[in-house]
Amino acid sequence: MEGLQAVGLGHFLVLSAVVLVLGVFGIFLNRKNVIIILMSIELILLAVNLNLIAFSAALGDLTGQVLAMFVLTVAAAEAAIGLAIVLIYFRNRGSIEVEDVSMMKG
Amino acid sequence: MLYANLCFYVFAFVLVVCSAMVVSSRNPVHSVLFLIAAFFNASVLFLLAGAEFLALILVIVYVGAVAVLFIFVVMMLDIDFEQLRGGFQRYLPVGAAIGVLLLAELMIVMIGWPFSLHAGPARFAPALGGVSNTEALGRLLYTDYILPFQAAGLILLVAMIGAIVLTLRDRRRSRHQSIARQTARTTADTLAMVRVGLGAGVAASDIRRPIVTESAGIDDDPLETHHAGEH
Repeated sequence: MEGLQAVGLGHFLVLSAVVLVLGVFGIFLNRKNVIIILMSIELILLAVNLNLIAFSAALGDLTGQVLAMFVLTVAAAEAAIGLAIVLIYFRNRGSIEVEDVSMMKG
Repeated sequence: MLYANLCFYVFAFVLVVCSAMVVSSRNPVHSVLFLIAAFFNASVLFLLAGAEFLALILVIVYVGAVAVLFIFVVMMLDIDFEQLRGGFQRYLPVGAAIGVLLLAELMIVMIGWPFSLHAGPARFAPALGGVSNTEALGRLLYTDYILPFQAAGLILLVAMIGAIVLTLRDRRRSRHQSIARQTARTTADTLAMVRVGLGAGVAASDIRRPIVTESAGIDDDPLETHHAGEH
């Protein structure tokens, strides 16, 4: 418990839990707008990163920060691919409503 | 101590408010701007926890690249966002219920939760003393985590190629070289031997190449124009 003497692990955990819940809430709230759903996913990943870094600091172990970096990488890749898919979907259908994405339902 | 605590509370409060605005804002552009503010505040919290390198990476990668990408896409798509707001009231109760449930579960997990006694000795990479955070992270990343690091680079490469392939629109504005068709061409396709009578001239046998009209433009096959002399 060398790091984090100043603030304390619990504060960070509560904060990241609140941000994660807000992200999940955003997915439910904006069921139609894919872009806001992608932003909510970014919020969720940010909460995960906060958690990893808080534990890394509390335990004095750098592995958490390495893992947070990989989460950042995957989140950036996910955002790029997701936005590209939104773009071609809008180009093909003229809308980005999630409920319209039912072509493969058969 | 007190100063750090005060910093934490202020930035945590702003982070929560910004996150709430991201999911509840009417205009998606405002959502993106609040997302940027949330990332800035999270970066300060990273600094408070001692993760300096990741704090700067968060600002550079997220605010500098990902958020700008979001703004690009939001502004590029010509969408009636008001229409997308429909169902906001309808989904509010179920979303709030699930959110409260999730938060309650997380709090239950967190209350009275101690570290294991074995957590201290089980550390994989104890933080080095006398070395900056960036250097320690680099030492770890380039030795023990070199394989995951390379895999992360591969993921970024695949994402880049995938985004380009998905959004590339080939308009066929220019003449393209079709190598398969070039190599599949045989002599018989293009060359015809014509016997010309002695002293008769080419005009009589009508084998002169016809004048290529101007309309033979980009859309026409460039190979076809060379077949003219065969008949």
